Amino acid sequence: MARVGIESWPVLRQLTGTDRLGRGEAARSKRTDALVARTEQADRVVSSVCPYCAVGCGQKVYVKDEKVIQIEGDPESPISRGRLCPKGSASKQLVTSPGRQTTVLYRRPYGTEWEPLALDDAMDMIADRVIEARRQGWEDTSGGKPVRRTMGIASLGGATLDNEENYLIKKFWSALGAIQIENQARI
Amino acid sequence: MAECHPVGFQWVMEAKARGAKVFHIDPRFTRTSAVAHRHVPVRAGSDIVLLGALVNHVLSGGHDFRDYVLNYTNAAAIINEDFKDTEDLDGLFSGYDPEKREYNPTTWGYDSASEEPASGRRDESSRAPDLSAGDLSHEHGPGATYEATPSQTGRAPYRDDTLEHPRCVYQVLKRHFARYTPELVEDVCGISPADFGEIAEAIVANSGRERTTAFVYSVGWTQHTVGAQYIRTASILQLLLGNIGRPGGGILALRGHASIQGSTDIPTLYNLLPGYLPMPYAHEHEDLDTYLERAAGDTGFWGNKRAYMVSLLKAWWGDAATEDNDFCFDYLPRLTGDHGTYQTVLDQIAGKVKGYFLMGENPAVGSAGGRMQRQGLASVDWLVVRDLNLIESATFWKDSPEIASGETTAEEIGTEVFFLPAASHVEKGGTFTNTQRLLQWHHKALEPPADARSDLWFMYHLGLRIRERLSGSADPIDRPVLDLTWDYPEEGPQRDPSAAAVLKEINGYDADGNTLSGFTALKDDGTTACGCWIYSGSYADDVNQTARRKPGAEQSWVAPEWGWAWPANRRILYNRASADPEGRPWSDRKAYVWWDGEQWTGHDVPDFEKKKPPSYVPPPDAKAQDAIGGADPFIMQTDGKGWLFVPKGLVDGPLPAHYEPHESPVDNPLYGQQTNPVRQVFPRKGNRYNPVGGEVFPYAFTTYRLTEHHTAGGMSRFLPYLSELQPEMFCEVSPALAAERGLVNGGWATIITARTAIEARVLVTDRIRPLRIRGRTVHQIGLPYHWGSAGIVRGDSANDLLPIVLDANTHIQESKAATCDIRPGRRPQGAALPALVRRYRRIAGIPED
Repeated sequence: MARVGIESWPVLRQLTGTDRLGRGEAARSKRTDALVARTEQADRVVSSVCPYCAVGCGQKVYVKDEKVIQIEGDPESPISRGRLCPKGSASKQLVTSPGRQTTVLYRRPYGTEWEPLALDDAMDMIADRVIEARRQGWEDTSGGKPVRRTMGIASLGGATLDNEENYLIKKFWSALGAIQIENQARI
Repeated sequence: MAECHPVGFQWVMEAKARGAKVFHIDPRFTRTSAVAHRHVPVRAGSDIVLLGALVNHVLSGGHDFRDYVLNYTNAAAIINEDFKDTEDLDGLFSGYDPEKREYNPTTWGYDSASEEPASGRRDESSRAPDLSAGDLSHEHGPGATYEATPSQTGRAPYRDDTLEHPRCVYQVLKRHFARYTPELVEDVCGISPADFGEIAEAIVANSGRERTTAFVYSVGWTQHTVGAQYIRTASILQLLLGNIGRPGGGILALRGHASIQGSTDIPTLYNLLPGYLPMPYAHEHEDLDTYLERAAGDTGFWGNKRAYMVSLLKAWWGDAATEDNDFCFDYLPRLTGDHGTYQTVLDQIAGKVKGYFLMGENPAVGSAGGRMQRQGLASVDWLVVRDLNLIESATFWKDSPEIASGETTAEEIGTEVFFLPAASHVEKGGTFTNTQRLLQWHHKALEPPADARSDLWFMYHLGLRIRERLSGSADPIDRPVLDLTWDYPEEGPQRDPSAAAVLKEINGYDADGNTLSGFTALKDDGTTACGCWIYSGSYADDVNQTARRKPGAEQSWVAPEWGWAWPANRRILYNRASADPEGRPWSDRKAYVWWDGEQWTGHDVPDFEKKKPPSYVPPPDAKAQDAIGGADPFIMQTDGKGWLFVPKGLVDGPLPAHYEPHESPVDNPLYGQQTNPVRQVFPRKGNRYNPVGGEVFPYAFTTYRLTEHHTAGGMSRFLPYLSELQPEMFCEVSPALAAERGLVNGGWATIITARTAIEARVLVTDRIRPLRIRGRTVHQIGLPYHWGSAGIVRGDSANDLLPIVLDANTHIQESKAATCDIRPGRRPQGAALPALVRRYRRIAGIPED
């Protein structure tokens, strides 16, 4: 309902209308009526799971113009029934936080500052170092018993990694003979 | 739970609304306490006394659920006559070797020479060469050979169904816990007999046919030098009360990370292969057969271990794995002891580790002994950190506390550091396994920015590059890398490997490439491949079962069509115990699964063979599941029973006994043995320990999380919203301690241990109550551990205060109970900080670093 002039004043509508507490119709404006939740403007909504604790709350991720514009609880989840805690509610900032580091950084030995490095170069350098450290730390035997392993490489993973990621980590490091492959689950 | 698992806590509130009584037992008053019927403060590190006294209450009052206990547990089993209890040996069990600081567990076994007639069968394995016992652990130190989850004791032992034989488990238990009385609880835990009585009466009144009691715990139970035994004590209590395998029962671990359960199931843990198969240890002549002999028992579902293992080897090495070459079993590297994360850090400092990968982990803040952690990082040749933000473990070389104090400089640290940005959870598809074993697929919503990539991408492409470099190598050490199956379909602009294809491999497929329906389809002849047997079925019928999202409102209260739970989509483990031995629900209101005359059915997928009748009696030579009787619910155990007494599998005793934390303000009133005799200690420079009691470090402290932050802060301190909500490191102290030490609310305090000193804002609060312990007042200090030197909000790290001292079963650190001093004011800066700590060490008589 379009209002003009003095009739549009909320206080007047509150006093003269039925909304005496001013918390409903009397408080509405043209701007209010034109507001649309940004979740309604999303190009797509993708089902996800909260990445913090292990309750596993359902999330709905709202994407517009290839940017995450909102993350909300998924009411269909029988686990969380639409709720998210402060961390889950803040998880959009995991994606969009301005402080997020999105490019590769390199610190040379004894260096005092970060330097930029191309991802492709970093991958090559890491591959070379893995092969070298693997050989340096290689043991055919230990205490006279065959072990066929390397003590030169170790890994510690967080517990917000996907199962598929952990699977490739365990599979590849084991094939390389690395045994010091650990996880937050020990901690 | 309301603080750290807030959304899960809604179900506690639902239960409360339906009449459940809620107790919160915790050193501090939290939002959980605020809505519980009763908050009972406890001294950190004393829970075995409390739980043991509850066990004693149940046993001495005859409150156990006798039908359940007799049929479903090993209460009737008779124990070796050479077994000696802590009650006989002043805090030690029989078999202790003080030189090696470890147990030989052979006397803890079931009796195989008893005159009592066996109602079951003979313990065959006890007469076979004992491959699992102390002889091997002597080679490798504690824990070396006990990594297999399954028991290795074979079939049911001699029993006394009257439970009166003096050496039957029930009587052993009764004697063992007799001194765990309400008076001891008051003396050690600081809980009044009245409060104890209320808990004891409530759990007894709410257990049995009609009712169940649940225990919920988190790392407050695991991060101790007796952590595994905390859980064991609760297991004993819950088995005695008949609260395992039933709806509303259980001992529920609330795990703190989205897929920390998955990280254990598909382990990035040194001692495990996927699905809790043990990593092989080094032996002179070890082949697949001898490995399997040691890996698990032959009876119960572990009896199919060969099918699980061969299918794993086929998943990894494909066509190269054949019957003739033992399915490439020799490709697996071998263990020789503890290779856990703390041992690795010590090895880094010793110069043994060249390269280190941190993938979503921030040990510089999140692991005990922060100084040691950072020293480890500074000691490796190169370090790869993959994370969303520039966490302290990536930036330690320029902003660590040791740089600030002038103990070291960037110019002295030779570590080459690669920081590779990670994709967030919405920028990749994959599964998390939540705390109830539920796998849930999260879909990829968009591409990650700039150089950010998933860890799946990183491992896959690193693997491609390494394989390319090694291709053509004739060196036999490169065969496992080159023969590895590593050919996942690629997707999208960044050539991401298909996560669904990886999950399919985890699920398993047959020789024709068809996805397997579940672990019962696995074969031991090499015709099936399966990356993790317990996850088999997650991609059954070529459908990603973990992505199922039928709305909760449109299905039963068990919600079996939301995600997929291992094993076989069973939501409550061992749920056959929800029915009586004849297969009838214990009561109508607690009905869950039952035998309908032809098969097992009910609200959940039965955790039992569907067609095995309750009357089934195994033939004497039966193997695997055929050896499990129709009334034995614990199908992973060799005897199908829940173990009140653990004959094998634990390195620190078959029963829980109270030992004080390594750093404790008081002595142990129960035994001359003050602490767990086999706990792992590492006395050395940088890891000095506070003496027991004494005036220098008179206060107990415990660490914990806040709702608004996540562990070491990598996913919270870098987010504006969460930083604003919880901006500053603080310590919680009682008004009495504040008065004693002159601490002012809102002011600063310095907390000191033999390792270092940190500063924190002071929160003077009644939420932490002083307790009366061993005739004196013990003050506890609460410390959240989220902060570090980087991020939007910064502060000192509580973990820097902690020593490295570990549970020998799990190699997990004791970070929930230690001692300290506290004084008002900020800590000294620069060189004055290590000087202060040195002064404390000198006064306490601790060796100089």
